[in-house]
Amino acid sequence: MWALECNNAVKSFYEAENNGKHSLFSRPKKKEIFAVNRVSFQVDKGETFGILGQNGSGKSTLIRLISTLLLADEGEIKVFGHNVLDERLEVRRLINRVSVDAAFFKKLSAWENLLYAARLYGLNVEEAKQRSLEILERLGLGAEKFNSPLENLSRGQQQKVAVARALLTSPVLLLLDEPTTGLDPRSKRDVQDFIVEVQREHDATILLTSHDMYEVEKLCNRVAILHEGRLVAMDTPENLKSKYGETEDSSLEDVFFTLTGMDWKEVLEDVE
Amino acid sequence: MWSSLASLWHDTKASLAFVERNFNLVKRYFAWEVVFLFYAIVNTLTIGLIGVRLGPEEVLYLVVGALLWGFLSVLFNEVSQSVSWERWEGTIEYTFMAPVRRMSYLLGVSFFAVLYGVIKTSILLLAVAFFFEIDLSGANLWAALVILVISSFSLIGLGLIAAVLPLMSPERGPQATHIIQGFILLISGIYYEVTVLPSWLQVFSAFSPATYTLRAARQAILEGASVWQLMGDIQILILFGIILIPLGYWIFTQGEKYAMRTGKLKRNG
Repeated sequence: MWALECNNAVKSFYEAENNGKHSLFSRPKKKEIFAVNRVSFQVDKGETFGILGQNGSGKSTLIRLISTLLLADEGEIKVFGHNVLDERLEVRRLINRVSVDAAFFKKLSAWENLLYAARLYGLNVEEAKQRSLEILERLGLGAEKFNSPLENLSRGQQQKVAVARALLTSPVLLLLDEPTTGLDPRSKRDVQDFIVEVQREHDATILLTSHDMYEVEKLCNRVAILHEGRLVAMDTPENLKSKYGETEDSSLEDVFFTLTGMDWKEVLEDVE
Repeated sequence: MWSSLASLWHDTKASLAFVERNFNLVKRYFAWEVVFLFYAIVNTLTIGLIGVRLGPEEVLYLVVGALLWGFLSVLFNEVSQSVSWERWEGTIEYTFMAPVRRMSYLLGVSFFAVLYGVIKTSILLLAVAFFFEIDLSGANLWAALVILVISSFSLIGLGLIAAVLPLMSPERGPQATHIIQGFILLISGIYYEVTVLPSWLQVFSAFSPATYTLRAARQAILEGASVWQLMGDIQILILFGIILIPLGYWIFTQGEKYAMRTGKLKRNG
């Protein structure tokens, strides 16, 4: 059984044409935008699978489809054999997610936010507190920050609490949607090291989307490149480089350029 | 059997997570709570003062209206704005992807609303009783409490129906809930008898649970009516609850499916 199976997933949205301008007696014209277009892949248990793509390529939509937050128009997605459409509660017990924006109740402390998550997932409060402290300490966030309101923590510190929130529930499938975007180099390394540790020690399956080529190369067993909603390539980083690289020392950046026609610098500028 | 009981226990605990979270938020936004409470007290007192020239019964009539409207507004607001609040904080996706049944979420939010409403209304009642030296010796407060509890269900049902609006339209939904709230205020006889409304508007009054809540609660407090004497209104309120809660839940789940289809769960719409 695959940890994650995505078969021909399609998700489109409707966007108003002409900036939504329309006459008083007519509705704005809308065009269909395919965010995810016939995407298929399988992820093995214990694998770290990376998805590379520019902003708007469909990475976050794909993560939302897997997280049961969006309904696919077509196709089928299964998490450990459970269909995300029909067995939402079962899937939700198996997954957790870290997104690019650390979404919290900003006035609540780190512990109050983590306590809320612990209760939702039916965890023992004392055990959750102990585990939260361990994870945060491992991520380099001191215990003195535990009771501070999230709004008083830096972006990097908030993201570390977000990682702790996701790992607190021991998910067997961890969805990491650009977890290190916008972090300072030190925080970025802390989070990356912890991802490696979680994968190794807890045998978790990880789906990671990123803008960082080196991060993907360092952490992922296999990488898929998503461009305008379509999966244009998928393999190990080494195989991608040997298949699509023009020279022997081609990088993943070169591969991305060959496959999408986009310079990676443009992608990063778009992120900033 | 055991798995069902375990599931029920998990759902109950999950419901309490929302109550605990909301009380934690109240604690963290305490300064704002004090400001809002001060405003609510002043608002209730000024409404009561309008009736001073007309006599103590009129003061009580207006004050009961203000207190009950305060309570019903808390219920309606807390339930209907729960989605907007989470969207504003950016946590809605995390709450909705947790392994918790939607019913547990809504029960938790509603239970908090009742507790919060009771605490806030009790403080208001104390302030009002102190300010106006109200004599409640002839009032049947138990009957009024029964009315309050029974009417909570129908107001929660209305709140659930209204909660779907912010779910479907992140931009205009929250404002639309205030239109519903304003309409209930207009037609339910909060500060006046519904008979003073134009006849075409009185038709709508019959469909507002707040109309029966106000009428029954006033009879209990001003005339000392017993629960038995209020049975007619109680039956209507129970019927409203039986209809509105399942209807509200169904509408909310349909709204959630719509939001999941169109991608409106995420923070920025």
